[in-house]
Amino acid sequence: MFGYYLQLGLRSLRRNPVLTALMVLGIALGIAASMTSLTLFHMMGSDPIPWKSDKLHYVQMDNWDPNQPYGSDGSPPDQVTYRDAVALMQAGKADRQAAMFRVMLPVQPENPEVKPYLAVGRATFADFFAMFEPPFEYGGPWDHGADAQHARVMVLSHDTNEKLFGGQNSVGRKVRANDVDYTVVGVLKEWRPRVKFFDLSSGPFYEMEDAYLPFNTAIELQMQSVGNNSCWNNFGDGWDAYLQSDCIWIQFWAQLDSSSRLAEYKSFLDSYVGEQKKLGRFQRPLNNRLPDVNQWLANQKVVPKDVTVQVWLAFAFLAVCLINTVGLLLAKFIRKSGEIGLRRALGASRGQLFAQHVVESGVIGISGGLIGLLFTAFGLMLVRALYENYQNVAHLDWTMVATTVLLAIGAAVLAGLFPTWRACQTAPAAQLKTQ
Amino acid sequence: MEIRPILSALMRSKVALVLIGVQIALTLAIVCNALFIISQRIDKMGRPSGMDEANTFEVGSLGFGAAFDMRTTVQQDLATLRGLPGVQDVTPINRVPMGEAGWSTGIQLQPAQKTATTSTAIYFVDEHALDAMGVKLAAGRNFRADEIGFEPDFRNNGWPPVVIITKALAERLFPGQDAVGKQFYLGKDQPPQTVIGVVERLQAPWLDWKEVEYSTLIPQIRPYSTDIRYVVRAQPGRRDEVMKLAEAKLGEINRSRLVRNVESMEKVRAEGYRADRAMTIILCIVIVCLLTITALGIVGMASFWVTQRTKQIGTRRALGATQFDILRYFLTENFLITSLGLAAGAVLTYAFNVWLMTHYEAPRLPWYYVPVGFLCLWTLGQIAVLGPATRASRVPPAVATRSV
Repeated sequence: MFGYYLQLGLRSLRRNPVLTALMVLGIALGIAASMTSLTLFHMMGSDPIPWKSDKLHYVQMDNWDPNQPYGSDGSPPDQVTYRDAVALMQAGKADRQAAMFRVMLPVQPENPEVKPYLAVGRATFADFFAMFEPPFEYGGPWDHGADAQHARVMVLSHDTNEKLFGGQNSVGRKVRANDVDYTVVGVLKEWRPRVKFFDLSSGPFYEMEDAYLPFNTAIELQMQSVGNNSCWNNFGDGWDAYLQSDCIWIQFWAQLDSSSRLAEYKSFLDSYVGEQKKLGRFQRPLNNRLPDVNQWLANQKVVPKDVTVQVWLAFAFLAVCLINTVGLLLAKFIRKSGEIGLRRALGASRGQLFAQHVVESGVIGISGGLIGLLFTAFGLMLVRALYENYQNVAHLDWTMVATTVLLAIGAAVLAGLFPTWRACQTAPAAQLKTQ
Repeated sequence: MEIRPILSALMRSKVALVLIGVQIALTLAIVCNALFIISQRIDKMGRPSGMDEANTFEVGSLGFGAAFDMRTTVQQDLATLRGLPGVQDVTPINRVPMGEAGWSTGIQLQPAQKTATTSTAIYFVDEHALDAMGVKLAAGRNFRADEIGFEPDFRNNGWPPVVIITKALAERLFPGQDAVGKQFYLGKDQPPQTVIGVVERLQAPWLDWKEVEYSTLIPQIRPYSTDIRYVVRAQPGRRDEVMKLAEAKLGEINRSRLVRNVESMEKVRAEGYRADRAMTIILCIVIVCLLTITALGIVGMASFWVTQRTKQIGTRRALGATQFDILRYFLTENFLITSLGLAAGAVLTYAFNVWLMTHYEAPRLPWYYVPVGFLCLWTLGQIAVLGPATRASRVPPAVATRSV
């Protein structure tokens, strides 16, 4: 029966090619607009590390100005100081922990054909790799010993390894940056999380780092953070005074494998801040926070307002397209009243006619969905061209492709329901009489 | 006018009426709000930075290696850049306006004040800054060469005693007064800064910042570790040529640094407003698609009605209605449907605006958007229906006699 309905539907659609094209185009445009914006929304807003996002916690402590909160809503600073980061690392109370910041690495390649260039590095601890799980192509992370010894070691990104070593296994080779030689211990595969969730301080879609090196090494070499750096009070001159200051410029993550570990860590942090209060620091009320990945992303408002507004507008647009399709289908089905009356008179039940017309709407939906998919791909291409750093969020994945087609069919069938119902109300006798 | 028969005919096909009406209502709501967002973005993008953007560019230098010396580098760079043909003037600077990264700090009017009066962007420059950036001095004087300091460690405190601020900042700090000669505090427990000059306008690096018009010029060359930038102003029309030359020359004279961020201020502006431009373009596309769909929907429905009523039209023609009467019938009918939709749309438009105001700090929609939207959609409806209506008016009276 389905095959026959499909045949009838296709024939009926071919009879008014302009009207059919109009309906398909309407659905396709509506679907493309809503799917383009929804894809952005989905990619930006969804969990970037679903298998452990509830175990990774961002550490916030309120060391800010006693006279003025850091955030206007009273929220604590979004980074930590050097001395607190070091204290928390040394305490080692979490299952894993890593402090980190971004540094500039002027690379002086061995290969004289590659000119010196600026790479951006992430100074962090060995646990970073176990916590955030970047995939390795060659070698692996450095170990805790390297952290302790301020070792001159590096993990390279895929692109950096391409650039410096032509993509070969470079483990054991040297990379020179700012007159210091580092030994390569690992090379990553392409690693592009949709949102750079472990460091939002330069924007959630900021480029990934070119290389990773031990935090202690970067501090020993007095590398300046190139991320956000905020201070609220005066401190003495020089590097050591800066390290002892209340300036915040470090991101600190703790992995806590269970809720009891989380509670333990929370009380550890509270007692740490309590100790510091005795030393005259942390004069604001106790305000420690340990948001997990998704809470942190929501707190930092990773999805831009513009994208949310675009989603709403696009769905209103889809509604217009659907209403448009309802009207056109209605017009079409009512015009077919004669044919429907005839089929009814020949014995087709209302249910059969209903099924037939739902199939016809479904055909419009599938066509609209497929063309809409094409338009969506084009729309995302436009988005990538218009915005900076949206490469990782503005592309379709299989979930979104399936959603698009299903949404289109669903929308078209929904749009077809009322016209179909109306058409099936036809009394056969009345229609046949007017012929 | 034959409004009553039209109305009673419409009442017989309420569904179609509702469908077109809702479509018109949603279209009005989306178009008005989208146009309002677009106009806000266009206003925002049109704000001047205060610089001579057409003729200026930035160029950055990042030193590396043990042999690198910041102070001699800056001196050498400045001398080299100022000596290039086509260069009008050059200033060292930490970060440029509209560049989305920079330095900001709080200003206090009293030394013992607990919270800052306002924030300001900080630009570390020398006495060439006003000329190099093309910023207009509105009151007071420029820095003198002997006032320019050099601070190799950007973390250090020590603010110099004189500063130049923007007019907007002066008005915020000293409303209704002459700011020149007034004092404020950039650092806690430190000597005050005296305002020696006020410039017409100079924007901060952050374009979405509330205090975007509040900038302070500090007479100090202060690199960020080994990173320093320069703003170069070329003689009118020679920017691109000077840009290439400057990049090449800086690369040549010092091998232990990277020359980077060679960007015209026009490019910096384009990058800074990129998201706003993207939003504008996306909304424009949505509006065009939406109006097209709505217009085509009206054409489709009207064609359907014309076909369905061919016999009635023929009868009316046979009873003496002119072609113009028929045309007018369909135009009037469309006008009525559109008006009903627009009435609902006006409510929807304000509802959408209120939603944007509560959730996205959008301002209130100016009153004229809705009436203008009405006019546009009325016109659109009339144009859309013109084709089918003309076809209707050409139905010959003889149709009435057929197939009876």
